[in-house]
Amino acid sequence: MTIAPDRPAAEVGTARRRKEDARLITGRTLWTENVTLPGMLHIAILRSPFAHARITRVDVEPALREPGVVAAFSGRDVADVQGSLPCAWPVTEDIVLPDRPAVAVDEVRFAGEPVAVVVARSRAAAVDALAAVDVDYEPLPVVLDLEAALAEGAPLVHADKGTNKTYTWVFDSAQAGTGGAVEAALADAEVVIRRRYRQQRLVPAFMEPRSVVVDPTGDQVTVWTSTQIPHILRFLLAAVTGTPEHKIRVIAPDVGGGFGGKLAFTPEEMIAFLAAKRVGKPVKYTESRTDSIASAHHGRDMIQDIELAARRDGTVLGLKVNLLANMGAYLGLVGPGVPLLGAFMYNAIYKFPAYRFECSGVFTNTTLTDAYRGAGRPEATYAIERIMDELAVELGLDPIEVRRRNWIGHEEFPFTTVCGLSYDSGDYAAATDRAKELFGYDDLRREQAERRERGDPVQLGIGVSTYTEMCGLAPSRVLGSLRFGAGGWESAAIRMLPTGKVEVVTGTSPHGQGHETAWSQIVADQLGVAFEDIEVLHGDTRSAYKGLDTYGSRSLAVGGIALVNACQKVVEKARPVAAHMLECDVEDLEWSGGQFRVRGVPEGGRSLADCALAVFAAHDLPDGMEPNLDADAVYDPVNFSFPHGTHLCAAEVDTETGRVTLRGYVAVDDVGRVVNPLIVEGQVHGGVVQGISQALFEEAVYDGDGNLLSSTFADYTLPSAADLPDLVTDRTETPAPGHPLGTKGVGEAGTIAATPAVVNAIVDALRPRGVNDIQMPCTPERVWRAAHSQGGAS
Amino acid sequence: MIPAPFEYTLPSTVDEAVRALADAGEDAKVLAGGQSLIPLLRLRLAAPSVLVDLGAVEGLRGIREDGDALVIGATTTHASVLADRLVHRFVPLLAQATATVADRQVRHRGTLGGALAHADPAGDLPATVVALDATLSIAGPDGSRTVAAADFFVDYLTSALGPGEVLVAVRVPKREGWSTHYEKFNRVAQAWATVGVAAAVRRDNGSIAEARVALTNMDVMPVRAAAVEEALTGVPATAEAVAAAAEHAAEGTHPTGDLSASPEYRAHLARVLTRRAVLAAAGI
Repeated sequence: MTIAPDRPAAEVGTARRRKEDARLITGRTLWTENVTLPGMLHIAILRSPFAHARITRVDVEPALREPGVVAAFSGRDVADVQGSLPCAWPVTEDIVLPDRPAVAVDEVRFAGEPVAVVVARSRAAAVDALAAVDVDYEPLPVVLDLEAALAEGAPLVHADKGTNKTYTWVFDSAQAGTGGAVEAALADAEVVIRRRYRQQRLVPAFMEPRSVVVDPTGDQVTVWTSTQIPHILRFLLAAVTGTPEHKIRVIAPDVGGGFGGKLAFTPEEMIAFLAAKRVGKPVKYTESRTDSIASAHHGRDMIQDIELAARRDGTVLGLKVNLLANMGAYLGLVGPGVPLLGAFMYNAIYKFPAYRFECSGVFTNTTLTDAYRGAGRPEATYAIERIMDELAVELGLDPIEVRRRNWIGHEEFPFTTVCGLSYDSGDYAAATDRAKELFGYDDLRREQAERRERGDPVQLGIGVSTYTEMCGLAPSRVLGSLRFGAGGWESAAIRMLPTGKVEVVTGTSPHGQGHETAWSQIVADQLGVAFEDIEVLHGDTRSAYKGLDTYGSRSLAVGGIALVNACQKVVEKARPVAAHMLECDVEDLEWSGGQFRVRGVPEGGRSLADCALAVFAAHDLPDGMEPNLDADAVYDPVNFSFPHGTHLCAAEVDTETGRVTLRGYVAVDDVGRVVNPLIVEGQVHGGVVQGISQALFEEAVYDGDGNLLSSTFADYTLPSAADLPDLVTDRTETPAPGHPLGTKGVGEAGTIAATPAVVNAIVDALRPRGVNDIQMPCTPERVWRAAHSQGGAS
Repeated sequence: MIPAPFEYTLPSTVDEAVRALADAGEDAKVLAGGQSLIPLLRLRLAAPSVLVDLGAVEGLRGIREDGDALVIGATTTHASVLADRLVHRFVPLLAQATATVADRQVRHRGTLGGALAHADPAGDLPATVVALDATLSIAGPDGSRTVAAADFFVDYLTSALGPGEVLVAVRVPKREGWSTHYEKFNRVAQAWATVGVAAAVRRDNGSIAEARVALTNMDVMPVRAAAVEEALTGVPATAEAVAAAAEHAAEGTHPTGDLSASPEYRAHLARVLTRRAVLAAAGI
């Protein structure tokens, strides 16, 4: 990719290097862990070694006698003030919603749950003093398996609730009036494919461990925290603690990754808030990687039972999904809703006439699950893209052909799906054709046949994944109808400085996405201001008081429109100023290329900077005009956006060892119009790697007692560049209709697309050996066992 | 996490190090590159009262030729081993195995002596020095002694180093006329070996005159695949003969099961990787 020249004609569409990267990469910036305040104290948290136990006694007194210790408290000590960490997405009216204390009071329900807190003069002193806290536990029976948790007589995670099932949520196209009845489709079908897929449990594994600093000494309580959601957190802190909202300032300074893992109101944030209030001094908590892996929320962990009804010509007649979703021990901020984000995506890019989805959320004695990159959509895409391959095999069709026979044609957009969603635009054939060409699909199929023919110990498999996803969360009314606790709008403000420089205030909260660069590019074009003359302010509720933060590939798709609208308001405000300076009627002005000109007079235009200075001086403005060009805008989307793409993966499978080597990977994505191709490519690379990693490497594993075995990065396997293929990326561009920028969203696409592409490739390689599934992650041992056990699944 | 409190000493000679260990008693630990010990300290799986840091000890670092052997100081880093021409020329197996250790950062901090003294059966270098028939020099309160690599590793994470002893150097014979290969299997590039095989072969005309094969992570310590060595001795250097010999690779081993592999799968891998390692070493 070519890097942009210094001064491109248009900023949008230019591959600019990110302006925030120098400070992020060198670490010379304000990470929360870098916040140091006068008199600051440090927190250490004692965590439960049991997955389920009654706490019969906690004695923190001995810890108070340790060197440097200032305070210590147990859950009982704060029981009256800690309230319950909220769940913002109670998906059904009758959802079972247990209290979630920040510090456990009478019972612990997963290994890693906070039990006691020590505050000391140094982090080391606080950690040392944990050993002096005396806790008596009375172990209780644990339940870890999803199906076991629902069995008669299973140990209960929350005994007072009488059940481990928190909710059952159903979508049925026949009931909704958006399609037919799936039972009828299954009864009439010539072919029915039934499969069970398991989404293993994953750890979000953001690069920067979570950290929080709370300073209670000012007029406002100030909270620095490594979060994706400073605005939502401020609202929730006020609601839970009773502290007036205007007396709370939340700052998400630079944040080193999140992937949904920082879309949370964490026990640690609450603990730091309580501790700061107790001691009256600033406090800091920074988690260790081990604590992070054990106690920060996990992702995925579902069992998917899928039934697909089809005709022998490949036409799908209906899809039925039964889902069990492991919630862990408590309900997280949006955890119950994660499967719902997938519910509308199982039909993917296809014209299925009938669909039924049923999901039950289940409590177990494990770390809670919540949003993780893609949140529901990767799971859905995995299941449908895996089973479409099974249909292709059943019918003897090429996997791309069976997809082609079912997908929505380019000319059919906008298309209302069997879920009732209106897909905005797309061209699935164009993306697929381009991907096949870049991949060398036909040549690889030939090589595959040759290897099969000669019995090569290294077999070749080809995996296909044609995906779409819903981005731009979200129309507030839709969120309301799904019982989500907040809206889905986004805000932006433009401040014109007297010298013509611009401050952009955004309600999005970047944690690695490059908003400062992309937002500057958008504003540069909208206002005719140089890229370097724009500063983007974010993540501090004092400077950016209004926003709904960053998750669900929403920032550009929603926040970008707010930004454009705010810019247009500034231009409209400047128009009479320019007309006044040019001594013409407002109607005679034209605005282009960052200049107001008298229509038909190319010379002597006025820039926004000219107007900003004139407004600053305010010596000579039109009569009655307010001397102010600043403007803000809030945008509530009318629809989701639906990026799509085709990913192809070539996997070499060593049948002697089970090792899978990805030989080639092609991603052709359509994310609408692109603001910065370099950022988009980075998102695709990172996303694809995370998707590959679910397929091949990652899994959070508990032992039978509920202890997390994969508790460090030595056991929780993450790949490095050495383990990954060169990624070939390309794009088709179908602009999002009705969006002033035409953008759709790209933050999660790679993760959604890649996992089924990889597993499809591995299964394809071993298909002649009777293999039709391999449980993720496809470890060498699992692949080897599958390759040598006739009949398939390991 | 933060390690439990400990005393720290920085001796500048081997004698001082030995004295510091003697003064500290049984609860002391030697710190070399720290790539295994510091994670254990941070997780508080180890909590020694005294750390004796060898980082400033003169003469423990470096590689020199000594007659028919190379002598490698115990605190020579993996990166220094990899950069050394003598190693590549006379003991390429050590270079090849060292290149697979962890990642670049670890290789610049971690040391050969530290990796051997830690005696992790999943480490690549213990099996390598066993295959190379290296000799380890040890200094202690009662003077100096040498131990053959095969006798140095005595149990899981346990070496023949007594309390108060320090590993000083590793003497690796040059073994001209031998060819070697290290075959490592792991899940990701920076991970420990699921199984590894260090193979050294001396060919004589069309047959294999002698073979030494040692296995990584197939037991509580690195082990020689004695049955393979025996089966290879004197056979024609053919793929079939090597494959047949490699079938014995897991005999007498006791591999562990963990999140990466079951014992059964490890045994299978040992056979496949031994075949591949010997074929590569013998140039077949």
